[in-house]
Amino acid sequence: MTITQELITQHQLTFGEYAKIVALLGREPSYTELGVFSVMWSEHCSYKSSRIHLKKLPTEGKYVVQGPGENAGIIGIGDGWVVAFKIESHNHPSYIEPFQGAATGVGGILRDIFTMGARPIAVMDSLRFGNADQALSRRILAGVVQGIAHYGNCFGVPTVGGECVFEDCYAGNPLVNVFALGVCKANEIFYAKASGIGNPVIYVGAKTGRDGIHGASMASAEFTEESKQKRPNVQVGDPFLEKLLLEACIEAMKTGAIVAIQDMGAAGLTSSSCEMGSRGGVGIDIDLDRVPQREPGMTAYEMLLSESQERMLLVAEKGREDEVFHVFRKWGLDAVTIGTVTEDGKLRIRHHGQTMAEIPNRALADEAPKYDRPHNVKPYRKAPVDPPAAIPQSRDLTADLLTLVASPDLCSKRWIWEQYDFMVRTNTLAGPGSDAAVVRVKGTDKSIAMSLDGNGRYCYLDPREGAKLAVAECCRNLSTTGALPVAATNNLNFGNPERPEIMAQLVEAIEGIAEACAFFETPITGGNVSLYNETLGEGIYPTPVLGIIGLMKTAKPIPVSFQREGAHLVLLGGFGQTDPIQFGSSQYAKVIIKDLWGQPPKLDMAYEKRVHEAMREIVAQGLAESAHDLSEGGLAVALAESATSTTGAEVKVGHAAIAAFSLFGESPSRILVSTSSPKQIQSIALQFGIESPIIGVTIKERLQIGNEDHMLIDVATADLKHSFEDALPRLLKTQNAA
Amino acid sequence: MQTIKCNWDSGSQSVPPQIPPAPNQAHFPAAAPTSIAKLKSNPQMKVGIVVFPGSNCDHDAWYAINSNLHGNAEFIWHDSPTLGDAEAVILPGGFSYGDYLRCGAIARFSPVMRAVKEFAAVGGLVLGICNGFQILVEAGLLPGALLRNIDLKFHCQEVALRTETAHSPFTSKLHKGEILRVPIAHGEGRYFADEHTLDELEAEDRVAFRYLENPNGSARDIAGILNRERNVMGMMPHPERACDPLMGSVGGLGILESLLASTPVLAAR
Repeated sequence: MTITQELITQHQLTFGEYAKIVALLGREPSYTELGVFSVMWSEHCSYKSSRIHLKKLPTEGKYVVQGPGENAGIIGIGDGWVVAFKIESHNHPSYIEPFQGAATGVGGILRDIFTMGARPIAVMDSLRFGNADQALSRRILAGVVQGIAHYGNCFGVPTVGGECVFEDCYAGNPLVNVFALGVCKANEIFYAKASGIGNPVIYVGAKTGRDGIHGASMASAEFTEESKQKRPNVQVGDPFLEKLLLEACIEAMKTGAIVAIQDMGAAGLTSSSCEMGSRGGVGIDIDLDRVPQREPGMTAYEMLLSESQERMLLVAEKGREDEVFHVFRKWGLDAVTIGTVTEDGKLRIRHHGQTMAEIPNRALADEAPKYDRPHNVKPYRKAPVDPPAAIPQSRDLTADLLTLVASPDLCSKRWIWEQYDFMVRTNTLAGPGSDAAVVRVKGTDKSIAMSLDGNGRYCYLDPREGAKLAVAECCRNLSTTGALPVAATNNLNFGNPERPEIMAQLVEAIEGIAEACAFFETPITGGNVSLYNETLGEGIYPTPVLGIIGLMKTAKPIPVSFQREGAHLVLLGGFGQTDPIQFGSSQYAKVIIKDLWGQPPKLDMAYEKRVHEAMREIVAQGLAESAHDLSEGGLAVALAESATSTTGAEVKVGHAAIAAFSLFGESPSRILVSTSSPKQIQSIALQFGIESPIIGVTIKERLQIGNEDHMLIDVATADLKHSFEDALPRLLKTQNAA
Repeated sequence: MQTIKCNWDSGSQSVPPQIPPAPNQAHFPAAAPTSIAKLKSNPQMKVGIVVFPGSNCDHDAWYAINSNLHGNAEFIWHDSPTLGDAEAVILPGGFSYGDYLRCGAIARFSPVMRAVKEFAAVGGLVLGICNGFQILVEAGLLPGALLRNIDLKFHCQEVALRTETAHSPFTSKLHKGEILRVPIAHGEGRYFADEHTLDELEAEDRVAFRYLENPNGSARDIAGILNRERNVMGMMPHPERACDPLMGSVGGLGILESLLASTPVLAAR
């Protein structure tokens, strides 16, 4: 087939990129080769717009065993054990087909973990949808949640936490970011680096079908009206098969016959083979006639670009194939030698005796174009800096609190997480609803704490500061449970990078993450970039999502909820700032004032870090009965979340020009601690140079917050809990009525 | 390989070594078919945990018995024709064979189920948890059926159970009326049987557990039942997830302790 200009455009390659392909090959590519280049050089696979900026991220630290560049990052947790973890997006497919889009998102990231030899022991999800009052958003939400539940529950990995946010800008571009974490022994890590000339290349798992062809390219373009017709590009997942693949891979790895292994994710057979070859500096020959196929008559082009799920490619030691086959047979899975490792560094594809593609592996994996896209403009934002002329003084702050705890962003997500098996594998010490999830590592005395956080509103107002705040919040969450933050992964969700004001958002956010991760000593060990989250020219808020993990000794984590009446409440970090400009990014501004202005809350990283250190010391000394970090909704919402139906609090706050500022302001660096030893906590705080006012006590059945002059909020905790728990089911019931 | 060392390494401090081995066909030495019944005292009762493709609570049951209860559990691969020398059998939770078609509907045909049936027929102890309960029902070892939860949603939550009988090898260490906090995690756990069967279960004291607050629409709040001979029990809640104070509740301990403390009527052949 002749390569026409039209064909090049259809493959989302520029003419400049095409010229580069010709130069690399020294000839015109074949149609199959064009397809292979188009997926490998897609934004999704090549990170061509973000690569030069991602280099700014800190990637090294004393716990890091494997940084970015492999299927997942790895950190050492001591005693010969390591943890593999990563986050990945499945945004575009989840809009087109929410159930399968989200399910295969879970499947993909799980394979990234167990391909490294690590058994997955936890999953978390960061979800963003359009406004909850829209039927489409609720339908996508329901589908995504069911998809995650379907895949994770059947596979047998607990979904231990996450976040779920609703905002207009995600209506046409929902975000589904899935984080997974696994454990293995340090001497049992597997890498995706092919080696050993003459070694067999073995295909295992599901058969190849026509599903998901060009999925990676789909994820690299804006949505248009036609995108909805791309449903066939969304893959279909089979968690049962994946579970078998997991067990078989882990068992096969123990034979010692496997040299390298990589999952077939985006761009399937193509990316797994050329990336393994490129990493090892070797070539790979593949005979497509031997690939297990779901249907007859597939072309080389289709097989190479298929994104059928639950497949792996591995390189075994020559002569030991039977050991590998034996294990896969035991688990009832296909395992076939489809090629060999060669020394010429080329990916060579044969089909029906003909050579269909012959491309240097490096050209595909490492020579992808890198763009320094224009970004020397102000990041896109439309919101004003100054607050509305008169911020309305609320007449009923109690009603405001009840409204806030029942708002879609802040309300209980129980309806979501009870559909996830968050306990399977019996490691979950703190599950959904905690500040950070905590899972123990059996066979050691250690546990891993993990937190996911992003804030699109903050980042929209200031991508750099917003990104830093996300890092700070994750680390604060971890410290609140007593864990030491050690490493991070990130998922960068942005609009169209070809628009300079969007590219500026991306660059600012990356630099913010870089600065904060360096400061908090949580190097980035991997992640994912999802661009072109735009529909008909409307982009999402810039939404970097951070996943940070921390280490702690296995022990019962500090709970969020008050444990008894009569405990003292200490506000570690102090009351924070009450500033009208920073108040514009708060949930109060969003939900009650229905506006957005100003700046995100001001973060002093040095102070924040001291708060974390003090908190960990407080946990270590066993002084905290409960602890909850302050974030969206500020002090009042944190108190409401800590209250139980039987235990509330009586609290005094400082005076502010507008009372709502001190109640609902979202100043960072603050943690609410209940304790019987407030003085000891204050002396620890003093050592670390942070404020620690005693703000009240826990009492029976009411939450009462006042300042020197007035009672500001007075509510029965049962009513608070009712509003908090009831909101989401009620919201979703409207859907059934509709 | 890089050496990994961090400043809080526990050094020589010992920790429970608890990573289960991969299940294997030949895990238990198959006893000669002529071996006769052994009456054995406990606590070293040998518990076989059947691993179907798609079982995912097998490791949890193994951990609960071996690590929390210091017992002796091993895996039995689904295509094993015998149970080896197991003196009690657990069918664990999960999604056997993907639970395609219907939960437990395919697992009942796997080779090991023939051995389980024979074992049960001669009085061997069989505990089915969650998917294991579904399999026992599909296999006809227990009456009734497990339907989709009444709200059609998967539920993972801790529930309160009332012990309805202490008269069984699975509940002997509990008192009638004892309340246990144990998690559930299922999408198809709504127990269903015709009125006659339900009356019979009650009349014969074969309802083992009831939910205090019915989470799934089960008939007469039933969470677990016994067979007529009382050597087979199925329950939707997961006792193996409630055996460790770190996990929140130890409401499942009494059930597994009862099992380990019971006298096997007959060992497997």
